[in-house]
Amino acid sequence: MWIEVVGGSRHVPAPGSFVSAHRWTEVTVSARMVLRRLGGGLLVLWLVSILTFLLVQLIPGDPAEVIAGENATVEEVARIRTELGLGQPVLEQYLNWFSGILRGDLGDSLFTNRSVATTIAEAAPPTVVITTMAILVAVVIGVTAGIAAGLTQGSWIDRAVSAAATLGIAMPSFWLAMVLVSVFALTNPWLPATGYVDVRSGFGVWLSHVILPSTALGLATAAELARHTRGCVADVLTRPYVRTARARGASGVWLIRRHILRNAAIPVVTVLGLQTGRLLGGAIVVEAVFGISGLGSLAINSVLQRDYPMIQGYVLFSAVVVVAINLIVDLAYGWINPKVRTA
Amino acid sequence: MTTGQGQPVGEPLLAVEGLTIDLPGRQPGLVQDVTFEVRKGRAVALIGESGCGKTLTSMAVLGLLPPAVRVSAGAIRFDGVDLLRCSARQLRQIRGGPVGMVFQEPMSSLNPTMTVGDQIAEVRRLHLKERRSVALRQARELLTRVGIPNADRRLRSYPHELSGGMQQRVMIAAAIACEPKLLIADEPTTALDVTIQAEILELLRDLRDSLELAVLLVTHDLGVVADFCDDVVVMYAGHIAERTSVDELFYRPRHPYSSALLASVPQSGRARTKLNVIAGRVPSAGQFPGGCRFEPRCEHSVESVCRLPQADTAVDDGHRTRCGRVASGDLILEGAVRG
Repeated sequence: MWIEVVGGSRHVPAPGSFVSAHRWTEVTVSARMVLRRLGGGLLVLWLVSILTFLLVQLIPGDPAEVIAGENATVEEVARIRTELGLGQPVLEQYLNWFSGILRGDLGDSLFTNRSVATTIAEAAPPTVVITTMAILVAVVIGVTAGIAAGLTQGSWIDRAVSAAATLGIAMPSFWLAMVLVSVFALTNPWLPATGYVDVRSGFGVWLSHVILPSTALGLATAAELARHTRGCVADVLTRPYVRTARARGASGVWLIRRHILRNAAIPVVTVLGLQTGRLLGGAIVVEAVFGISGLGSLAINSVLQRDYPMIQGYVLFSAVVVVAINLIVDLAYGWINPKVRTA
Repeated sequence: MTTGQGQPVGEPLLAVEGLTIDLPGRQPGLVQDVTFEVRKGRAVALIGESGCGKTLTSMAVLGLLPPAVRVSAGAIRFDGVDLLRCSARQLRQIRGGPVGMVFQEPMSSLNPTMTVGDQIAEVRRLHLKERRSVALRQARELLTRVGIPNADRRLRSYPHELSGGMQQRVMIAAAIACEPKLLIADEPTTALDVTIQAEILELLRDLRDSLELAVLLVTHDLGVVADFCDDVVVMYAGHIAERTSVDELFYRPRHPYSSALLASVPQSGRARTKLNVIAGRVPSAGQFPGGCRFEPRCEHSVESVCRLPQADTAVDDGHRTRCGRVASGDLILEGAVRG
């Protein structure tokens, strides 16, 4: 009989021997996957660096003259030309620029003459904080509402969440920001209307300045996440393995946590990754409404002033952030979905 | 009363009585007036074509019906408890405890994000309140028990890392983790290769003997029925057409549908013979005929009798049919095996 041939106890290896072998292969597989994803990310960044560099080259006519503006003197144009190295062959220009990037030197601003890297590093904290908090707001509100709606399809909770999500997606963030300011800062003076303070000035003060902008920024993403989470939970509920778990006696929190959420999380994480890039863009608008001088206002000013090195620095910085977040999302897949680990 | 093979009398372990399942708005009596029983240590087959209600009937036992359908009448007694009327808590204790269930398509029936060990251990953690480490040790024993080599390593595998046959063994291991009295197996071999099918049946037979399991086997494979089961319930379009012992079915079928099913099995050793098929198809929900549900496809149909609803009638000791012509002695059918 088959069972006796294969299942006999003498064929079972000593405890430990296979376990360690298995662990070892699992680790190598994961490490290889991480390296591959990392390599892919670096390749993307390199391509972005080429496109960013070409930004200046693609200006029609003489870039130095365009950058300097209509009323510039001949000396100013000449200064910009030498500063950007526009006289050299294109390839040489790129190599100089790229080797600068590798050393962390993104060039100097054409207007303030300060280092681009330093300026970005100074402007980044409020933007990074508000975006991160917006993600937090989105995940907490969106995923919770989505799970509640998905588990109670057709109920008043489900309908309320769907309606709120549609509204949330339809509302532009600048409008939402103004409504929030008027309700929570002007009509009821509970929270400051504008500005940003560092967390070192006190957690409470910091939080009071962060709540409104991150909510304004995060609610649209919360709405998007709620819709996706609802759909994923509803889909997972129809899967045979949920029925199997129920047939084993699983129910309630046990069933939701072990069988439904983990499987529903896979597409939700994808959406979250995609939304992060959008949040960075949305931060520009929200910063403007709340009068916060972060990366957003830096980007707008640089564009208006045609401060090309600054624009290039901002684009590269954003690309690094987006690539890093995608890497994290990829790694999260592997953690959530065992099938990806070996892929 | 005795069963077809003269088994001793006793309280049935599972008794389904007059079970009726509706699809509200489309088909009342999607499954209608289904009555059968499974005794301790016996294997009962629930057979019929796709869409005849056999899977619905088996799902109804543990209250796992899809939300669109509703049980409107009947009782399902397991060990004296009516599963249709017991509390949700009581039902949860029975699911995975004294009643284990194995599904078709092991790949989609196992959670892709949980290790095999955790899925088996889950049953013991839920029912016996064992700690994870203790339950995993038991899961390792169970894996060995169902014939999975390298149990230590396999505990940490995910379903996609196993073959279909191995996945079904894992399903079976989880189903027997709390030493159930009854195993419900919904087409456990349908999604598997023929050779693997035989191995899984062999495993089920072995477990059945060693655990004294009663088995309710849902299948459309008459070979599996002949090989594995004692009693058989033939379903057609939500009705039980015939209910008897396996031997009786093969020697003396008492319903035209059963005899047509038997005739449609390809005969080995007779090359290039014409394959007997049952003309037409199973009516879909919402289009069940008012009289005998098999009447439109039946080659023995007589309008005056068969256009009327048919009663479930005993024709012999333990042999019941829902064909009025057979019950009245008007029609005598031929068996697949000459007795």
